[in-house]
Amino acid sequence: MLKPTPFHERTTALCESWKYKDWAGKVAVCTYDGHSEREYYAVRHAAGLMDASPLYKYDVFGADGAKLLSRVATRDVSRDFGVGRVTYCTWCDENGNVLDDGTISHLAPGHFRVTSSEPWQRWLERHGRRLDVRVEETTDALGCLALQGPNARAILDQCVDFDMSKMRFFRVRRTKLDGVDVWISRTGYTGDLGFEVWVAAADALRVWDALMAAGRLHGITPMGLDALDVLRIEAGYVLQGVDYFSAKSCIIEARKSTPHELGLGGAVDLERDIRFVGQEAVEAELTRGHTWALVGLDVSWPELEALYEEYSLPPHLAPAACRDAVPVFEADGRTQVGQATSHTWSPLLKKQLSLASVAPRYAVPGTKLKIEHTVEYERRTITATVVDRPFFDPERKRATPGRA
Amino acid sequence: MATSYDAIIIGGGHNGLVCAAYLAKAGRKVLVLERRHVLGGAAVTEELYPGFKYTVCSYVVSLLRPYIIRDLDLVRHGLQITPLECSYTPDVEGPGLCRWPDPHKTREEIQRYSKRDADVYPEFGRAMGRLARFAKEIIDNPAPDPASWRPSDLMQLLGLGRRFRDLGDDLGAIQFKLSTMSAVDFLDEWFESDFLKSPMSVSGIIGTMLGVRSPGTAYVLLHHYMGEIDGASRAWGFAKGGNGAVSMSIARAAQAFGAEIRTEAPVHKVLVKGNRATGVVLENGDELSARAVISSCDPRLTFLRFVGEEHLPDDFATGIKRYKFRGSSGKVNLSLDRFPEFKDRPGIGMHVMGDIAICPGLDYLERAYDEAKYGDFSSRPYMNVVFPSLLDPEMAPPGKHVASIFVQYAPYDIKEGPEHWPERREAFGDAVIDTLSHYCPTLKESILHRQVLTPWDIEQEFGLSEGNIFQGELSLEQLLFQRPTSGWARYSTPVRNLWMCGSGAHPGGGVMGAPGALAAKTLLAQGGV
Repeated sequence: MLKPTPFHERTTALCESWKYKDWAGKVAVCTYDGHSEREYYAVRHAAGLMDASPLYKYDVFGADGAKLLSRVATRDVSRDFGVGRVTYCTWCDENGNVLDDGTISHLAPGHFRVTSSEPWQRWLERHGRRLDVRVEETTDALGCLALQGPNARAILDQCVDFDMSKMRFFRVRRTKLDGVDVWISRTGYTGDLGFEVWVAAADALRVWDALMAAGRLHGITPMGLDALDVLRIEAGYVLQGVDYFSAKSCIIEARKSTPHELGLGGAVDLERDIRFVGQEAVEAELTRGHTWALVGLDVSWPELEALYEEYSLPPHLAPAACRDAVPVFEADGRTQVGQATSHTWSPLLKKQLSLASVAPRYAVPGTKLKIEHTVEYERRTITATVVDRPFFDPERKRATPGRA
Repeated sequence: MATSYDAIIIGGGHNGLVCAAYLAKAGRKVLVLERRHVLGGAAVTEELYPGFKYTVCSYVVSLLRPYIIRDLDLVRHGLQITPLECSYTPDVEGPGLCRWPDPHKTREEIQRYSKRDADVYPEFGRAMGRLARFAKEIIDNPAPDPASWRPSDLMQLLGLGRRFRDLGDDLGAIQFKLSTMSAVDFLDEWFESDFLKSPMSVSGIIGTMLGVRSPGTAYVLLHHYMGEIDGASRAWGFAKGGNGAVSMSIARAAQAFGAEIRTEAPVHKVLVKGNRATGVVLENGDELSARAVISSCDPRLTFLRFVGEEHLPDDFATGIKRYKFRGSSGKVNLSLDRFPEFKDRPGIGMHVMGDIAICPGLDYLERAYDEAKYGDFSSRPYMNVVFPSLLDPEMAPPGKHVASIFVQYAPYDIKEGPEHWPERREAFGDAVIDTLSHYCPTLKESILHRQVLTPWDIEQEFGLSEGNIFQGELSLEQLLFQRPTSGWARYSTPVRNLWMCGSGAHPGGGVMGAPGALAAKTLLAQGGV
């Protein structure tokens, strides 16, 4: 049975489409009025408000929090990671295969918070033995609202008592929102300017109402997971369970991925005092070279049109993101060199985009590959060009206009 | 600053900029010359009242070619288009009609007027969608030349013929009817409800001096369905920042490819030496030379003002003189203290986050045309209203709004003579506000500032002859291989090295960017630059 999130009362009252799905055992809205495109555009043009409460959350207390998390995470949070910082990283098993990805926030001295797509209480406790730490799962105790889009800052400015324009990318701070204690982090999964608000479940509805009221004149739009899927692909973010699989749930080795194979090498610190779980294997892989590389693919629209034309059809694409993996071939269309795992039509870029894992020698931007595309039940291939990720990367995502 | 270029483009409107960007991308040394202080031509955003931004002339984007967005990487340069939510036709007595992206909701709305029409509406959409592929082929390629025996031209004609055959008999017949009938006659074959046909018919008359019952007006209905096949589920959109933001994104792309752009650099003449364009003279006397001179201005301005009749063959000059402009529309932009709610559907809902058509019936539209035929502006005009600030809150201060009102008919040739438009300007503005006030009773007291543009103003300020927003009527006889005149529909002109790239060339206007892109491609393919 699915459980409600702290915002359930509000989200379900607004969800006219009756489209929900199971997100980590919680009821999550797919789209509010059946047209996720509207919600997508709200994030790119104004602001979208999404209930992200089902994320797993762990609060780590105690003097050795940084030590524990540096043991687990590929990022070293024991150095240069003061209070108010947030980082995105992965954690691995002993063989250097990725278990999950998420964020670590340094909320206060002796207080960190970890978010993830899967439960990790036992894993964290296991690596915290003999350390001064206490791991408390706060998944249900905290509600999380993602407020994303160019107007997100102006909306928050009306509800909080400090100047949001000074808040930098990947920072977190405690404040009051409409009199309620919250944490606000400048993070998100949309590749746009955006924030996430973390609030005790009991105060959740008040925060929702305050943001909706403040956002009324700024085009705030409740948004569901369908729109998020398009946004995150444009932003080039991988999704656990879709673009890669947690090593703990893989039956065969071939399904597992290392951080570098996922293009997340930037989230791995190797120079460090505390070595992370799997570090040896990750280092060995760097010398040996990895098997896969995650790339962005830009699927040729003229070829897509021409292909459909052969069947006297106009091009037809799902109006939402698609997670059916398809093979990716060499330019000759015969030798399979990888698979594309997430696809979407980008309404903004007017492009069909995919995230794919390919053999590293095909990962150079500009490389022409072929991707499978089915028309009228027939499997065909069309050209897809390897391009840099993110596909969409506006300046406002990182900019801090209030910084002196 | 250099004085010699591969290509000089006259006019920094969106087509001139698109052409410049493609040529610069191909490595050519390009200069764009714009007369005004701001780029964009008729696709501009200007803050005429502090804090309120007007998308001054053109105000929506429907047909901007997706390949241009991709080729020029316009999103990276700031382009963001959001779809309109709804097409709303308010009514004074009844509930009005909203056509939504959601087919079920639309069906319910149409059922209030006709149960039968509610069933036919999606069928009509499908038929038009299939035909639109035919139209798309035409828009995305240089005009076919029926008089040519060149193999490539014959292939193109054959391809079109094959497509036409593939449509099948039933659709072929529809296509033929579309090309000959009036918008109303055509819609009469499908629908019975006047209140539904009315907003559907108006796309056939935009920018023409024709009425919804004039033959030939059916064809442009097709353009309405074209966006569907570009992979977007909704065709009409609003550019964040107004249409000026479209132009600016193209300008930035052009500059990123290395094009040089000068504003406040009005061109005086095209330099012609022995039937060959060699450059331009600016109004300040500067002479600039180029291998190709490309005009994005309309044919009258290009040939009769910048080139001069003495450099043109007689029959060509006659053709250009006969080319019809007949501007028929004006524009009113408003700054509003608060949102003027509609009587039939109060509140700020999704229904007003789209385009709002003031056209409560076919007779209303025909009467509006009647007045224009005899040299008056319509006292009860057809209007297309958009509130950009609802779609992009940054267009106005929080809680305040801007309205963009397209108004037809406002004939260029009013009976007093076009130069007397300035004396009639405010009366015209009043007619617009009075008409809209029937639907929005609180409109008048919420107005902080208004800008009224008559066809005369559009001509004077934006250099569009007779105030025609498409650089010449989009009537059938001025389309395809006839645009702007027979034999010269492929961007070249009788003056060597002089080319056209504006909406006065195939496939015409509508913020498509297509003439600019196709002109650049043609030039490059023919070694014109």
